[in-house]
Amino acid sequence: MRKVAIMGVGMTKFGPTEKSQVELFAEAAMEAINASNIKTKDVQALFLGNGLGDFEEGQLNLAGFCANELGLPPETTAMRFEGACASASVAIRNAFLLVASGAYDIVVAGGTERAFSMGTSLATRTFAMGTDSKYEEFSGLTFPGVFAMLAHLYANKYNIPLPKLKERMAMVAVKNHKNGAKNPLAQFQKEITVETVLKGFVVADPLQLFDCCPFSDGGAAVVITTDEIAKKHVEKPVYILGAGQGSAGSLCRQKDYTIMPSRIASAKQAYKMAGVGPKDINMAEVHDCFTIAEIVLLENLGFYDFGTASEAVEKGETEIGGKIAINPSGGLKAKGHPVGATGAAQVYEIVKQLRGECGARQVENAKIGMTDTLGGDAGTIVNLILGIQK
Amino acid sequence: MVTYKLPHKEFNEALKSGKLMGFKCNSCGAYTCPPKINCNECASMDMEVVEFKGRAEIKSYTIIRVSPEGFESEVPYIVALAQLEEGPNLVGNLVGVDPDKVTDEIIGIKVKIGWKPAPPEVKYCGPIGKDGKIKPEMVAITFSLM
Repeated sequence: MRKVAIMGVGMTKFGPTEKSQVELFAEAAMEAINASNIKTKDVQALFLGNGLGDFEEGQLNLAGFCANELGLPPETTAMRFEGACASASVAIRNAFLLVASGAYDIVVAGGTERAFSMGTSLATRTFAMGTDSKYEEFSGLTFPGVFAMLAHLYANKYNIPLPKLKERMAMVAVKNHKNGAKNPLAQFQKEITVETVLKGFVVADPLQLFDCCPFSDGGAAVVITTDEIAKKHVEKPVYILGAGQGSAGSLCRQKDYTIMPSRIASAKQAYKMAGVGPKDINMAEVHDCFTIAEIVLLENLGFYDFGTASEAVEKGETEIGGKIAINPSGGLKAKGHPVGATGAAQVYEIVKQLRGECGARQVENAKIGMTDTLGGDAGTIVNLILGIQK
Repeated sequence: MVTYKLPHKEFNEALKSGKLMGFKCNSCGAYTCPPKINCNECASMDMEVVEFKGRAEIKSYTIIRVSPEGFESEVPYIVALAQLEEGPNLVGNLVGVDPDKVTDEIIGIKVKIGWKPAPPEVKYCGPIGKDGKIKPEMVAITFSLM
């Protein structure tokens, strides 16, 4: 396997837009290509994460349109990757594996999405397509509903009174909004308080509005290449040290999903490949689609023992400057969650952080960062570990 | 050639006639429900179709107040996760309980399994017929108090 590095990265501002998915991806990808000091003709493959482009714009086969938009040569391999909310991370992991194996030297990977534009009702409906459409969707289960049930499971399992857990969940939202307020590309650049969260309307009991990430539009992309090529083009290549991916079935098959075997397996693969453990990670961009999701994943990734992460949040250990900075970008909660682009935006943030380019939200002395992206109800999980040293 | 022993259509038609069907594995003894091509625990295909008791215990729940398109007329409604006496979990609607009055005390309550039709406005859900509509055998699993 060859050493693999990221050169340039790019992303659009997240939030409502009138731009199309191709236009959003083109902006992000051209920024990444320009920052890599390469020409579009140098790109051999384009791996595009996209969740619901068909429903958002009546558009299939987006990857080819994106390749042509960027002026990539006709011999370019262009493919869409769909793993629900983890789509871009699946695309990036595959780009990493195929560059490592020698199949390609330079790949643009990322994603695009226009979920905000669908409106809440259709977006809620289409997002719910990530649950089992034979045996679960007819109950009217929504994604807030999946994580609302997780919150009740978690509170009961660890004997944390629900009001206490909800207060700690609110602190996750407060932290991520605090970070997002310092991110000029975030959908919400506004700080909130615990009271803001606890006063919001109920979406799916016990989750209230500010426990939930927004529907978003946006694009993000990264250029993935070999160590040798990266060193010739950019000053600070960021290395992909490890990558993992796991899978799972319907919610009903997963039993107690406070412990997600697909996530644990994915993280284990990534740690093993990188030769590091949870204690070596300085910061992580993680899938906080709902506040309870961030608490549970901190345990599944091995950062905290099972049942203890909500207390760590309360103590401020996951803030920038804390024990481990979680979602310095503002996370899905404040930065926004354009499904197909999310994983690439997570990588964008870690790369910028490792290069020391994050200004007011900079995590000091960060050497190793991790991403965690969840698709569906844990049906697809991807973890990437990035570092500035090989 | 491999033949699916209990496709979703047959499972749902049985459910509508009052029978919860699934598999018992001859290799490991575990039960699988809803059906799969092989055992949910050990992946063996040596399974037999059995009728379940149709009784479960509520493990978790939520009250949906912001619904997907097509479910607007149902709001508020309760979605729950319940564990069957035979072991597997099911996701379905808790019915016969006022969503505005349900509390955490519902966790641990025993329920029986039933079904309800999909709201007529629901689109893009499950296999769709040539008329563009949801097939009549596609239903939601329900839990009701015993």
